[in-house]
Amino acid sequence: MTALPAAALPPYLHLRDLSKVYASRDGAVRALDQVSLSGRRGDFISIVGPSGCGKSTLLMIAAGLMAPSSGAIAIEGETIAAPRTEIGIVFQSPVLLEWRTALGNVMLQAEAKRLERGSAERRARELLASVGLAGFEGKYPHELSGGMRQRVSLCRALIHDPPQLLMDEPFGALDALTRDQLVLDLQSICHARRMSVLFITHSVPEAVFLSDQVIVMTPRPGRIDRIIDIDLPRPRTLALRETPEFARYSREILDLFLARGVLREH
Amino acid sequence: MTMIPPRIEEVEASVERRRAERATRARVSAVLAPVAVVIAVLALWEAGTRAFGVPAFLLPPPTDVIAAMVKHAPLLAAGAWVTTVEIVLGFALSIVVGIPLALMIFLWPPFARAVLPLLISSQAMPKVAVAPLLLVWFGFGLMPKVLIAFLIAFFPVVINTAAGLAAIEPEKIFLARSMGFGAMDTFFKIRLPDALPAIFAGLKISITLAVVGAVVGEFVGGDAGLGYLLMVANGSMDTQLLFAGIVWLTILGVALYLLVELAERLAIPRHIISDDRATGGTL
Repeated sequence: MTALPAAALPPYLHLRDLSKVYASRDGAVRALDQVSLSGRRGDFISIVGPSGCGKSTLLMIAAGLMAPSSGAIAIEGETIAAPRTEIGIVFQSPVLLEWRTALGNVMLQAEAKRLERGSAERRARELLASVGLAGFEGKYPHELSGGMRQRVSLCRALIHDPPQLLMDEPFGALDALTRDQLVLDLQSICHARRMSVLFITHSVPEAVFLSDQVIVMTPRPGRIDRIIDIDLPRPRTLALRETPEFARYSREILDLFLARGVLREH
Repeated sequence: MTMIPPRIEEVEASVERRRAERATRARVSAVLAPVAVVIAVLALWEAGTRAFGVPAFLLPPPTDVIAAMVKHAPLLAAGAWVTTVEIVLGFALSIVVGIPLALMIFLWPPFARAVLPLLISSQAMPKVAVAPLLLVWFGFGLMPKVLIAFLIAFFPVVINTAAGLAAIEPEKIFLARSMGFGAMDTFFKIRLPDALPAIFAGLKISITLAVVGAVVGEFVGGDAGLGYLLMVANGSMDTQLLFAGIVWLTILGVALYLLVELAERLAIPRHIISDDRATGGTL
């Protein structure tokens, strides 16, 4: 056991012994069971696990949008008890306001943060252009494809330069090619800004590809099964997915799922 | 001799041309078809009543109805004005009472629990039955008609507004909180605009019901208005005038409905054609 040096900074994100139990008519549902994790600033942490393992609950708690039944969440040593407004959130569905254009949806965040309008709008346009949406600023959500909507949602989460991005299966509803492109976009965005990310996913390759650290969860109630550090060079390319090192990480996660009965080979 | 396959530009031009032709045809027939049907029905009606000598007090031919409309134009116009005032006031009252009521139902669950059962059972009560009572309380003037129009028309406003406010995706509210919007901003920037389509759906039902309410009010105790005119025409077996009154009421109803629709277009600048409300999160 190694003691932390006294001068060491507290971790950026620290979740301590989080448990969450939902009361319901059919009895209590245990969503999370003593989950602890900590990440440094700039870490890309993915959480993979089967449906119902409390991944989304964990993200809601990390966002300060939901209180844990027990345990605590701290940012740089400060315990959090209110929604964390400094972060950016991307949900599985884009959650765009149908009556606002792509630009208007990104600007919603700027309005919430009372950013100066002119410069915020310039930045919003730059962001949209950086994810390939130049020329679509004036389009309404129903005029955009699913992938484009999710990109708008990503820009909305980024316009105020958040220190951390929380993403709840953001690419789950997209087709494989769009997914690959958005994964690459996300990598370059996070790398450029040294942004911390907490990324929830079902996809093992996505988790391995993007992360510094993959946290594998057990089926309900969600516990941390294993924490796997991904030591692959960055920037990662699509070809990396075909390498033996990449395959070894995927294999390790799949083996865990097989061992826990999440997956079954007949 | 070999056939040269057309270039993609030529194919595109011909496809575009065909699409434009189809669109024009569709637009023209959308106008012409109903007009043609109306003309055909009127012609058949005219010919039928004349050929079989149907007595005018049973079914007057359309030309007689038009003649009555011209002859009684000032009377009908004056009646329409009275009825319009009643409808508009009843509808306005529905909004002024209905929307705050819906807000309270939405914001304050104990109030909803107390009031909703009453509100819903009040809809089972036939409003026509209350009309004589209102007459006893408020006399024969404008007031009882406005109140009946209101009683019939306010319910869809309340229900649609309350349901629309509650129907928002939970993620939108999570998003608002995580962005740091306060209660006011969340309501006015997100929840209210999100509910507008539902609110306007309620208003469109409400305006048509307000027409019914005003006419019922005039039936029961009117001394002016189109409904009163219908009763007078009925009493004197003036079926031409009866039809003329019905035509006026129909035009009035459609015009008021279109006004509400216009307001909707102004309030919701971009008509929301499709939304992805169905794809929720995994929470």
